[in-house]
Amino acid sequence: MSIDYSREAPVVEGGLTVSQIEELIAKPMDEKPNKKFFIALSITGTLTLFGAYCLAMTFYFGTGMWGNNQPIGWAFDIVNFVFWVGIGHAGTLISAILFLLRQKWRTGIARFAEAMTIFAVMCAGLFPAIHTGRPWLDGYLMPYPNQHRLWVNFTSPLIWDVFAVSTYFTVSFVFWYVGLIPDFASLRDRTKSKIKKTIYSIFSLGWRQSHRNWQHYEKAYLLLAGFATPLVLSVHTIVSFDFAVSILPGWHTTIFPPYFVAGAIFSGFAMVVTVLIFVRKIFNLEHIITIDHLEKMTKVILATGMMVGYAYGMEFFIAWYTGSPVEQFVFINRAFGPYAWAYWIMVSCNVIFPQLFWFKKIRRSIPAMLVIVILVNVGMWFERFVITVSSLNRDFLPSSWGYYTPTLYDSGILIGSFGMFFSLVLIFTRLLPVVSISEVKAVADGAQPSHHGGAH
Amino acid sequence: MKRSQKIFGVAGLFNTPDEIIHAAKSVSDKGFTKYDVHTPYPVHGMDKAMKLKPSRLGFITLAFGLTGAAIALISMYLSMAKDYPMIIGGKPFFALPAFIPVTFELTVLFATLSTVIGMIVFFFKFPSNSHPLHDTDYMKAVSHNQYGVCIESDDPDFDEEKCKSLLNGLGACSVEIIYYPEGVGYNSLSGKFLWFLLLVAILVSGGTYFALNKLLYIAPFTWMSKQEKLTTQSRSDFFKDEFGMRTPVKGTVARGYMPYPYKGIAQQPATPLSNPLLPTKAVLETGKKKFLTFCSPCHGNYADGDGRLRGQFPKPPSLHSAKVRDWADGNVFHVIMVGQNVMPSYANQVTTDEAWSIIHYLRTMQKAKNASEDDIKEYKKEVTNNGK
Repeated sequence: MSIDYSREAPVVEGGLTVSQIEELIAKPMDEKPNKKFFIALSITGTLTLFGAYCLAMTFYFGTGMWGNNQPIGWAFDIVNFVFWVGIGHAGTLISAILFLLRQKWRTGIARFAEAMTIFAVMCAGLFPAIHTGRPWLDGYLMPYPNQHRLWVNFTSPLIWDVFAVSTYFTVSFVFWYVGLIPDFASLRDRTKSKIKKTIYSIFSLGWRQSHRNWQHYEKAYLLLAGFATPLVLSVHTIVSFDFAVSILPGWHTTIFPPYFVAGAIFSGFAMVVTVLIFVRKIFNLEHIITIDHLEKMTKVILATGMMVGYAYGMEFFIAWYTGSPVEQFVFINRAFGPYAWAYWIMVSCNVIFPQLFWFKKIRRSIPAMLVIVILVNVGMWFERFVITVSSLNRDFLPSSWGYYTPTLYDSGILIGSFGMFFSLVLIFTRLLPVVSISEVKAVADGAQPSHHGGAH
Repeated sequence: MKRSQKIFGVAGLFNTPDEIIHAAKSVSDKGFTKYDVHTPYPVHGMDKAMKLKPSRLGFITLAFGLTGAAIALISMYLSMAKDYPMIIGGKPFFALPAFIPVTFELTVLFATLSTVIGMIVFFFKFPSNSHPLHDTDYMKAVSHNQYGVCIESDDPDFDEEKCKSLLNGLGACSVEIIYYPEGVGYNSLSGKFLWFLLLVAILVSGGTYFALNKLLYIAPFTWMSKQEKLTTQSRSDFFKDEFGMRTPVKGTVARGYMPYPYKGIAQQPATPLSNPLLPTKAVLETGKKKFLTFCSPCHGNYADGDGRLRGQFPKPPSLHSAKVRDWADGNVFHVIMVGQNVMPSYANQVTTDEAWSIIHYLRTMQKAKNASEDDIKEYKKEVTNNGK
């Protein structure tokens, strides 16, 4: 196969013109949703309601409805939290880090990935909020001057988490909205419906596509990307501190921050690919979200998957190298103890199956890709399960050893969070442009001056 | 939107990015300053063609980012090291490494929010949905796939015909004159608006009333006040007498209670009990407190027998008499426990330890009142030794 490396491959395929791009992306918002959409939404809605039922039971009777008990005090609540925050990392990575690296192929997937970030962080935020048992009292997590002179403990990783996740959500949301402003203006100027026009006008804030505005806008986008990049790395680092700062064998390791960040990107990309495969097919966006883009994402999955595999190996090496019998016991127990089944699901899904992406044929085959990324999603959920539960189930005193089994309510809330995530994704595809109109227009063939206006 | 006759500007549309770069360059070369270029996406090289100065948005970001960092550090210093210092994990009160994560997050939060809000409010002057360019064919075209230049009438060099011919000469595919819209007034006393205000008022007050007066009394928001257990006064179906409250089993002794063995004996025997406590400061304080509470009403504040109930009660004896001074501690204790003459038993008012404390305090008062020369010498010596 011969590839011409002398010129850049087109980001938008099929020779789409600027106006065709807009038609294609804005089409779902111009039409009424069909029957399939409502069937899909009713399925995800049902799952969400099931989760809501389990949550209501938890609020009424307390967190005793869950399977957590001594010695496994942390289970599904933190597992799901870390899982969803990890999913949320792909969006900001694609929109910020790839923007700074001038990867033009990000334009087709950035908007969708950012939306998924926001929805995933919403799902993630649910779990720390509910694990307190009385979530209406969570306001006390915020420091405020009060007559008890009571302050939150700023040296605790749990309070760092509150700041990190809420900042991450706010910044991702602002980033997403700033990207949407020009698109709202385009939608405002093309719609025929008066109600839609009013709504789009309000959200576009009166954007006029003026270059005097574009100049500041591009600067702001660069600044936001510059801040979001360290932020995305800091958030999962801080999430890993929840474990690493404790002195429990199996958690107390310095490898956790980079290991968690790599895992987050790994799982986030897998989730983005899972959803994009369907979106590009359903909305005929194959020319904008091309197979090349998906292939690039599978390469990222392969790379981060190997980083995660390295971390698994390094944990064992360090356990042996320290010579600490407690540390060694925890890791042998992890791989061969009562939770060995979970450990080996994790290893096969995260390390072994992604190796298939070494083959170009598999990287470019949609069905193969779909199977592997779903396995990666499963594997990454189990990774958090293994880290949390298998480190706790063998306490220092053999008399307090235990085995954790999730109850119906544990599983119901997890299922409900998936229902909520996919419901939000479905609504998003109908309400807002799933691909950034202005960004994709800018990278279409012939969209930029032939000689760059002599600017370079 | 209705348009007035006042001209906002002259706008020309172009079909390719090359043309718009050329047009922007020509318009700015002609010396126009009040003009704008509208493109559906940022076109590379336009900053240079329009001779725009670099954006100064970054200064807002810098200023507010540093503000965020300062607010985080100062507030953590004030709360953790100043207002309520507590040792946590052996760290210093101002534990800078542990404060870095929150400082970083607040820096990012302040920097991004200020950048976006500053850009929208101060640089763009948004929201501005009543700008003359809105709802024009020109705006629709530049939002979709064309590129336009608009020369505004505020420009000192503006001339309608000249601008038109300039844009036509640059190869514009269409030239449009944009007029100011008719002023749209808003009447704050219009019926619709008043109804809206009323609705908001009802929703807010009703919601607040419901939340504070109803919701907080519905489980699970009731702090688990309702629980599956019997409280002291509640009825029970389980017991025959239907009392939730049970009497203790016969012979139950309260924790810490020791029955007094010489209870039945009225006259003071020489009880073999001796004071188990040492006259420490704490014991004397307790003794003083209990003495002033229970003994002083009759015996007087200094045990002189001149209590506040003088005249209403038979005069109680002074406790400074030789008889009481010579009594063994056990005898005094016996009197406290069982009473004497008209004095009732105080066994229910004071615990045994408290009674012994009272005796220590009484002995101190007796010594002070009847001190000998030697005692004073001893006392002075002690005071000097202690440097007081």
